[in-house]
Amino acid sequence: MALLEVRELHRRFGGIAALDGASLEVEAGGITGLIGPNGAGKTTLFNVVSGVLAADSGQVRFDGRDVAGWRSDQLAAAGLARTFQIARGLAQMTVLENLMLYGKDQPGEAAWAAVSRPAGTLRFEEELRQRALDVARRLDLAAVGDNRAADLSGGQKKLLELGRALMAAPKLVLLDEPAAGVNPALAKRLAGHILDLKTQGLTFLIIEHNMGLIAELCDRVVVMAQGRRLAAGSFAEVRADHRVQEAYMGRVA
Amino acid sequence: MTSYLIAMATFAAIYAVLGLALNVMWGMTGMVNLGLVGFYAVGAYVSAILTVKLGWPIALGMAAAIVATAAVGAVTTFGLLRLRDDYLAIVTLGFAEVVRTVAENEIWLTRGTDGISGIPQPLKAALGPDFNPAYLVFCLVVLGVVLALVERLRASPFGRVLRAIREDPQIAAVAGKNVLRFKVKAFAIGGAIAGLAGALYGHYSSYIVPEIYVPLLTVYIFLAVTAGGVGNNWGAVLGAFIIVFFLESTRFLIQVIPWLSPVQLASLREFLVGLGLLLVLLLRPRGLLPEPLPKLSDPAARR
Repeated sequence: MALLEVRELHRRFGGIAALDGASLEVEAGGITGLIGPNGAGKTTLFNVVSGVLAADSGQVRFDGRDVAGWRSDQLAAAGLARTFQIARGLAQMTVLENLMLYGKDQPGEAAWAAVSRPAGTLRFEEELRQRALDVARRLDLAAVGDNRAADLSGGQKKLLELGRALMAAPKLVLLDEPAAGVNPALAKRLAGHILDLKTQGLTFLIIEHNMGLIAELCDRVVVMAQGRRLAAGSFAEVRADHRVQEAYMGRVA
Repeated sequence: MTSYLIAMATFAAIYAVLGLALNVMWGMTGMVNLGLVGFYAVGAYVSAILTVKLGWPIALGMAAAIVATAAVGAVTTFGLLRLRDDYLAIVTLGFAEVVRTVAENEIWLTRGTDGISGIPQPLKAALGPDFNPAYLVFCLVVLGVVLALVERLRASPFGRVLRAIREDPQIAAVAGKNVLRFKVKAFAIGGAIAGLAGALYGHYSSYIVPEIYVPLLTVYIFLAVTAGGVGNNWGAVLGAFIIVFFLESTRFLIQVIPWLSPVQLASLREFLVGLGLLLVLLLRPRGLLPEPLPKLSDPAARR
């Protein structure tokens, strides 16, 4: 059974159907690419699946449960993490704080524990800190761990987006254009990180316009256009599909 | 002169407690509460009514003020659920005006515009002329305790979530935090602290009247927190003391420039407060004491 199953999602913004019966599946353990021309509804689909936007209708099943209409924090608890297309770090907080925020079930987040500081929460916080340091080291962010996220370079912000998703220890990560605006060397490094994480058993759904990256990373590619699925298969298959070519290039007269 | 300074220091300590309340709601969580003075008023009235009309002991009156304003804080946040920034600001401003209007008109409860007089002052009879300095010490102790508590909040994982909500509520939600629940808690905690400040004021002045609780007071506290350093609790305290010092010291301007009318002088004071804030923000954009960031990568430097 697929880890994520999206069926017939609809979402309108005024007169525009951003999602017009979109469906897709993401198999556990793989990397699925989600491509399509601008305005195809890819990010809207992410927003609906991650609870940021409500769908008008349709089903979302994640990890065997019907999660349509769940709030973002409930989905996060269920094991779904996402990044944002424009890196949205918590600007006035440090890199390590950004990472530690994603720790699950921190008992110290209760107000009374914040004041009374029971030993358990301090221990939990220390473990969380070690995990954040570990993620920072893996993503080459250790040197800037105590810097404010606002002071990071564009590429570092992208790495931090990925790092935050990892801290949630998720089952599925939705990556929204991880390589957009990133130089080729860093894009390669990001791809390396993502492949590493895949071998560790993490599942990804990736929106990306960099086709080289899609070809390199993805086992399976879903093509969206005009709010619904146009094609699905291996990268080679969808690239050869004339409907896909039309969607990107325009219809041949 | 000494008694004047003691009175001003007492006001400054009470404003500092208010500053800490605002810092929890706005400085840490990013919720613009233009109705801070409403919480201050509710705290003062709850304790005054319970001690004057029902003869409760002062300590119980103050405790009730804290509980009542915490509840008001929690309930208003639920009412403001879907409101963001500017809308929240407008509605909270309205909340404070409603509180003041109710205090003016529900005469059976609040004695209306006559105000409530004879609010008991703790140990007044026993202390006699020593009451004022003793109450100042009491206010400073309360301020110290509140400061220690909110500092713990700020440095805790709880405070981290509040600051994340301030930066980007959507990210905090995606990170798995129930944003609404944290906002309610922040408003309840901040409201309780503002209510405590209100009770402190009532049992000091012994007399409260609705016209004390005007929006300008909220603005002064915003100035104090902004100048002191948004998100920095010590900054909120420092800012409150500076604001009171500034407002009071400009009072003596009349002796220096006698040709100004009292009305012109009042405007000049506000002008100077504004100028002072502009200077602070030009020279130190994050306030006098910027929000401290934890050093987490080096265990030796941890708090």
